[in-house]
Amino acid sequence: MSRLLDLARQPLLVALALIVVLLIVGELLSPGFASPTQIMRLLIVAALLGIVAAGQNLVILGGREGIDLSVGGVVSLSAIIAGNLMNGQDAGIPLAILGCIATGALFGLANGLGVTLLRIPPLVMTLGMLGVLQGLLVVIRQGIPSGRAAPGLSQFVTQPFLFGLPGIIWLWVAIGLLLAFLLSRTVYGYRVYAIGSNEQAARMAGVPVAAMRVSLFVLSGVFAAIAGICLLGYSGSSFANVGEQYMLPSIIAVVFGGTSLAGGKGGYTGTMAGAMMLTVLQGILTTVNIDESGRQMIFGATLLLLMLFYGRGRAMRA
Amino acid sequence: MVDAVAKPPREPGSVKRFIERYPFLPALAIMLLLLALNGIWQPRSVSLVGITGLVKTYMALMLLAVAQTYVVYAGDIDLSAGAIVSLVNVVIVAAMAAMGDSGFSVIAAMAIGLGVGLACGLVNGVVVATFRLQAIVATFATSIFFTGLALWIMPVAGTPAPATFWRAYGGRILEIPFVFWAAAVLALILYLLARTRLALQLLAVGDDAQGAYQSGLPVTAIRMRGYALCGLFAALAAFCVTGDTASGDPLVGGKMTLFSVAAVVLGGSALAGGYGTVVGSVFGALIIGLINSLVYFVGTPSEWQNLVQGLAILVALMAGILVGRRARS
Repeated sequence: MSRLLDLARQPLLVALALIVVLLIVGELLSPGFASPTQIMRLLIVAALLGIVAAGQNLVILGGREGIDLSVGGVVSLSAIIAGNLMNGQDAGIPLAILGCIATGALFGLANGLGVTLLRIPPLVMTLGMLGVLQGLLVVIRQGIPSGRAAPGLSQFVTQPFLFGLPGIIWLWVAIGLLLAFLLSRTVYGYRVYAIGSNEQAARMAGVPVAAMRVSLFVLSGVFAAIAGICLLGYSGSSFANVGEQYMLPSIIAVVFGGTSLAGGKGGYTGTMAGAMMLTVLQGILTTVNIDESGRQMIFGATLLLLMLFYGRGRAMRA
Repeated sequence: MVDAVAKPPREPGSVKRFIERYPFLPALAIMLLLLALNGIWQPRSVSLVGITGLVKTYMALMLLAVAQTYVVYAGDIDLSAGAIVSLVNVVIVAAMAAMGDSGFSVIAAMAIGLGVGLACGLVNGVVVATFRLQAIVATFATSIFFTGLALWIMPVAGTPAPATFWRAYGGRILEIPFVFWAAAVLALILYLLARTRLALQLLAVGDDAQGAYQSGLPVTAIRMRGYALCGLFAALAAFCVTGDTASGDPLVGGKMTLFSVAAVVLGGSALAGGYGTVVGSVFGALIIGLINSLVYFVGTPSEWQNLVQGLAILVALMAGILVGRRARS
């Protein structure tokens, strides 16, 4: 029994079990929900959220109240830049990828420098940056058309590529493997956990804390930019503030994956399951025939219910 | 280390001591500077009419920033504050539409609105303090729920508020604009609240929850009261939104949440909790308002306004934190 309870405390297992439960619930509510094509569609949507959550995950792991509220803005900006750089032409894809990643890295760098050099709390810094990004989006939208996805990109995101799965899912798996390796097998990964769990001790052990933290914010910007490119491929053309829907869900995916918002504890595998769980839940709610208000109420209430399974704070003890 | 013990503690400079005692001073300075700049570019903006317009438009954000401050005191955050504004907005507009255009219906609707705000605050308090969920994600989840409720009550924006309501909000009593009376009452309420034990207890919990618990404070109940207070002030903010827009909109407050957090930070309060003032948050909200109007007055092309506002707010946030920290270090 206690072994079972221990298992129930493994966030990854809880998340996977909940995904299965949700898929069964979905299938019961609307037959065909858990069909292979539907699951693949859900996986694509989950991959978009999961890639944003990858960067969010790293920033949160790095501790000192690490959080990145600007990811949504970077996703939107990246989608619009990619749309314009490729403008429906496959030949433009490499330049678009380069341009977007550079942009994402730049905003991540700005966030990271603000957080480390000026010691602005991450929530404040990235909140301010979000405002800047939203303003920038307005400027860009006035000047240039929204741009279109290249056929190659759309194919990569929506059409089967290998073993019947589209390229974006393989990309997501690759990112998952990369981060799992990075976090558990490399010095860089150890340092992420070190600065996240005890920054002072990490500094004394010779970890370049500031450089590490800046690199985490840069990676967050880069992952958000990659997600923005994929999102363009998914929807064909970018529209205003497409990325906003990822800001807080990316944090929830991380929490559902068992990473503590306090930092230093958790990993990306759980976050992938968390992203899938959120996506399946939203999928169920869009399939069942209720109006928007009921959908939102159920979504909010279910999120709260699911959170009870995770990372509750410790009770106060004297 | 050794000589640090041997030396007597250094006397901080008088300016430093002053800022430490009144954390809202940098915000006040920034606000006055912005007011002066507004006046230089558009003299009419510092006239009675101009100031009345500013206060009328940003009263809601001031109140929401105050609401946010009480949870930030305790080291928490409320990302559902804007959703509570939306919910109370549609509830009172629907209630007034049902009861007809009369003074009684306005007062009854406001009582209902305060009840709804309080209930929302208590829900947040239960999930964050009692269930011990992380405040950022838990209040985001409740914000989705509250928005759903608002959409259920009023699926589309546009139901007008009765004339009694918005005429009163935009009107005058004894030749003085109503919003100034409201501001005076607000100042009195804030003054009285600041003198209560609750404000001190919230700050104590935010400063060191474990220590507060060990010295016998009911930490859970105190955090709950912080959220309850936040819900009540969010309801007051909703009254102002309703008076300003004269209609119900189930999504009207959504954008205000992050601005309320920004206003709290601009006002010199620490998001980590344990340090801050509500007055600062009021100034913070006015800073945001003054930045927005200044950007307009200096003739920024319309498509650039959001970007310049965003940059100016970012700079103000960073400056406020740096000045505040220098003062405290």
